[in-house]
Amino acid sequence: METALIKYLCRFIKNKNTKTDNLILFRYSFTEWPDVKESSIEATFLQKSSRHRLMLSSLTQSAVLCVSVSSSHLLRLYERFESLDRENRGHLRKEDFQAVRELSMNPVGDRIIGSFFSPGQETVDFPSFVQVLAHFRHTENDRIRDGAQKEPANSTARRLKFVFQLYDQDRDGKISRAELLQVLREMLGMQVTEEQLQSIAERAIQEANQEANQDKDDAISFDEFRKSMEKVNIDHKMSIRFLE
Amino acid sequence: MGRGGSVRFWIFGSMLLIGVWGQEPKSERHDEHGGGSNVSGISIVSLEWEYVEPPYLVALWILVCFLCKLVIEANHHVTEFIPESALLICSGFILGGMIWGADKVQTFRLTPYDFFHYFLPPIILDTGYSMPNKLFFTNLGGILIHAIIGTCWNAASLGLSLWGCQIGGAMGDLNVGLLQYLLFGSLIAAVDPVAVLAVFEQVHVNEVLFIMVFGESLLNDGVTVVLFNVFNAFVTLGGPRINAAEIIKGIISFFVVAFGGSLVGFVFGLLFALLSRCTKNIQIIEPGFLFILGYLAYLTAEMLSLSAILSIVFFGVCCQKYINANMDENSVRTMKCAVKVFANGAETMIFVFLGISAIDKSIWVWNTGFVLLTLLFILIYRFMGVFFLTWFMNLTRLVPIDYTDQVIMSYGGLRGAVAYGLAVMLDEAKIEEKKLMVSTTLIVVYFTVILQGVTMKPLVKWLKVKRAASAEKTLIEKVQNRAFEHILVAIEDISGQKGNNYLRNKWFKFEENWMSRILLRPSVRERQDKVFNVFHQLNLKDAMSYVVEGERRGSLEFIRNESAFVDFKKKFGEDMTMSMPDIMADMSDDRSAASSTRKESVPSVSLEVHEQAMRGTRAAEGLDSHHLLQQHLYKGRKQHRHRYSRSHFDINKDENEIQEIFQRTMKSRLESFKSGKMGVAPPKTITKHTRKEQQQKVRTAQTLTQQSVHPLEKDKIPRCLFFPNPTLHGKTLFQDFRCFTRFFRQVYNIQAVKKNLTFHFFWFQLQNKKSKSRLSGDEDFEFSEGDSASGYDTSFPVRGGYRPGAGIENPAFMPDVDLPLQIPPWLEDVDSVAPSQRAQVRLPWTPSNLRRLSPLRISTRSSDSFNLAEAPGDHQDDQLPPPPTPPPHRDGDVV
Repeated sequence: METALIKYLCRFIKNKNTKTDNLILFRYSFTEWPDVKESSIEATFLQKSSRHRLMLSSLTQSAVLCVSVSSSHLLRLYERFESLDRENRGHLRKEDFQAVRELSMNPVGDRIIGSFFSPGQETVDFPSFVQVLAHFRHTENDRIRDGAQKEPANSTARRLKFVFQLYDQDRDGKISRAELLQVLREMLGMQVTEEQLQSIAERAIQEANQEANQDKDDAISFDEFRKSMEKVNIDHKMSIRFLE
Repeated sequence: MGRGGSVRFWIFGSMLLIGVWGQEPKSERHDEHGGGSNVSGISIVSLEWEYVEPPYLVALWILVCFLCKLVIEANHHVTEFIPESALLICSGFILGGMIWGADKVQTFRLTPYDFFHYFLPPIILDTGYSMPNKLFFTNLGGILIHAIIGTCWNAASLGLSLWGCQIGGAMGDLNVGLLQYLLFGSLIAAVDPVAVLAVFEQVHVNEVLFIMVFGESLLNDGVTVVLFNVFNAFVTLGGPRINAAEIIKGIISFFVVAFGGSLVGFVFGLLFALLSRCTKNIQIIEPGFLFILGYLAYLTAEMLSLSAILSIVFFGVCCQKYINANMDENSVRTMKCAVKVFANGAETMIFVFLGISAIDKSIWVWNTGFVLLTLLFILIYRFMGVFFLTWFMNLTRLVPIDYTDQVIMSYGGLRGAVAYGLAVMLDEAKIEEKKLMVSTTLIVVYFTVILQGVTMKPLVKWLKVKRAASAEKTLIEKVQNRAFEHILVAIEDISGQKGNNYLRNKWFKFEENWMSRILLRPSVRERQDKVFNVFHQLNLKDAMSYVVEGERRGSLEFIRNESAFVDFKKKFGEDMTMSMPDIMADMSDDRSAASSTRKESVPSVSLEVHEQAMRGTRAAEGLDSHHLLQQHLYKGRKQHRHRYSRSHFDINKDENEIQEIFQRTMKSRLESFKSGKMGVAPPKTITKHTRKEQQQKVRTAQTLTQQSVHPLEKDKIPRCLFFPNPTLHGKTLFQDFRCFTRFFRQVYNIQAVKKNLTFHFFWFQLQNKKSKSRLSGDEDFEFSEGDSASGYDTSFPVRGGYRPGAGIENPAFMPDVDLPLQIPPWLEDVDSVAPSQRAQVRLPWTPSNLRRLSPLRISTRSSDSFNLAEAPGDHQDDQLPPPPTPPPHRDGDVV
């Protein structure tokens, strides 16, 4: 495994244009892999070039990325990333995601795909790819939690936020009635008439407002959303076993 | 209560009947009833009781057991607290008491021979056949550990501890040696699948826990039978003659028996799959093969003294995928249904007879120390075993099994009829304390099934074990919970959770290359072809939209206009009577029936719609919304069948949903792709408009269809429009249009297009034809698509991308196409054709979509799998070029 990791890191450095993101990620994998001796990695990089060595040291001071995904997962995800990225561009575009056949069967598939792209961007690179997936990492058994780190991506709050943003497509901090309707339409489809959809949406917004004892506007704010989702065990519902 | 009471009385009556008749000396009875025949030469009626006695009793018992179940299930608040299995045992007590009261001896009891030869196989076959394969194989490691090591541990620890206690003098004077204790331990070690299922089915625990307990119980049956045989051989051999060689032989035989049994099942499963490739012509008895081959697998393994249980489990597991794909839908349904009937029936009988067997003075021998210690040790060692093994497994598991789950796993170690059957099989000549062992086994069974079964549910609640489903309170919660499923599935797809699992990937490849090739029918394999699927879906969608649109446009007149109908019938009759006279008769009947219902239906339906709209504004409608959501939210893909249930069908009802979702997404993708390709950004407003329009259309169509569009079954129409599942279609509807399908297939030689698709399509074609015939007068009723094909494609851009070619060019579905696309010649220059008058009048987009049925079929054909090219092609050529556009309105021509 150790050699596999080193190989991966080398490939990573070699193939990618080294941007800060990658470096952070790299550093992350490095700290997450206690078995790998720092010296062995450094040695490998020394052989490659001195530039990498430099970057390695600069990394220790750089910002910490709160991606709580372990190295073997990273390795797997990277392979997946590469297999999705058919033309070896180093980043993924929407079409690459859409090529996953099962996704087209999924009523929220397009939304999920959308959530990988930060607004205005057409592509997603590996670190952000992992960062999005990190929302779904299983929380239990976290050996790597130390106080110094920021809140990890798979904390309940951030997961909620992620889900909220799936609804809130225009990112104004509110799920408007239209947005909710849109989701409902996707998830209920043609089985239900438009009036029924409307009434469901209305009802849902009412409920959310009541639950939070808040403003009676025609939208659901994040607070209201959180309140109405209180009883749902988000950590369980949003966890995936990433295979080793 | 009144009803239950009367049924009980009935049972009591029938029991008395059996009892009395059984009691009577045979000769006496013969004289009494058959006396007349001795005197006169010919008797008009004679009672031949002895002649029919054995099967009659069997049938009567089955009836009685079923009635017991009926009574028990009559009121639900009892079964909510007490599991059905416990109640069945209790009713067995009652029945047994009656027999005992009448006979003073227990005439009926569960014999091991019957149990292992008649009751057990259907149950195990059912579990194997409806096994949630994916769940089972993903957890197979843990299941095997528990089933093999756990069972051995249970057997060994119990035997040794009891032996130790005996030496310590805890149970008085017993003549039982160490080997016999071990034998006893081995027979009682196994968790019983029948009992476990019966309890866990009602306690909805999470799926991993469920499959762990259930899978373990299933596999360790095999293990325990093997262990039992080995120890039985040892006991027969006698202590002094056992040496190392014998022990090694025993261990080897253990593995040979277990794996050999599985292998036999596997071989039979493959045989069955092969066989099912060529049973097309005997569809009626097709389902019977499952039972016969399954039973043969069981008996063969038994004959070779291999593990019969494992054999039949693996038989079911292996063949399920292939036979479900190979066989006709109806056959699959029948199999699923029949296997449940047998299994559930056998299970009921087992429990009832377990109860009956207890009411027998002759079998009971009591030894307080032995019984209580056995109970205690069973519970303790089960807990120890499970905790230790789970701890061991958790070292490697990514999601560890938590403590509450472990408690439930341990507590779910119910013993059942297998243990009892084995205990009865003990040889009294060699084991003096057989009676004690049998009665102890019975007590253990009752204790675990009744006491642990009853307390299981409260325990699960109290420990807050993760449940399979939970109640949702707010609407947003409900939506979100469902959304989570979809999200997780999507994320798993994106992160490639299953594709990259190396071993599984290899297996899939192997299966695709070899197993499927050999075991699946060519036509089925083709249907599994991805590219074809896409087109199939698209076509389906088109056909459905066409139906919707057609409903709105023409069919109302079509129905209401009696003369037109007659005309249509006559025309149709001329063409078809020769081949299908019976169906013609059907049609004439249905028409009159439908016309009466039709008139009433209109006002009531519209009222209902109105009412619904009114209700929409009210606040009291909340419940409605919940209900609506509950019913219609799309289910996540992985949710479809994760549980095994003996008494319910788990038919995947959501395939239609997937189709619908898929079609919708595909459509939007096509739109964006097309516009992207042309360099035009898709105007958002148009898309929205389309969607809205679509919704509206659906709504109107629903209303319209409810208002009696179809002459045959007005109520089913709206559903079958959107969900073309043959089971939803009325039977009559289906029958009537079977002929169309058949004809259509003959004409176009399309084998792989699903029945329901063609059927929809055809129905529509007919209706369309009808309305058209009113336009153009003298068109004959050939089943052609060509005549409706004159350049409607021009309307596509408006609708947003239903060009046939565009569908193929979607990059997502390209890689599997190995032939270049063949756009039929009559489509190539389609853009240049100006919209004809008729095109402007007629439905804007539907007819030409219809044409895609066959052209696309041609183009999807890949080089190896499709050899029907000539027929459709020729046919198309005959019909082209498209007919000249007729003048738009000539209503008078019809009659």
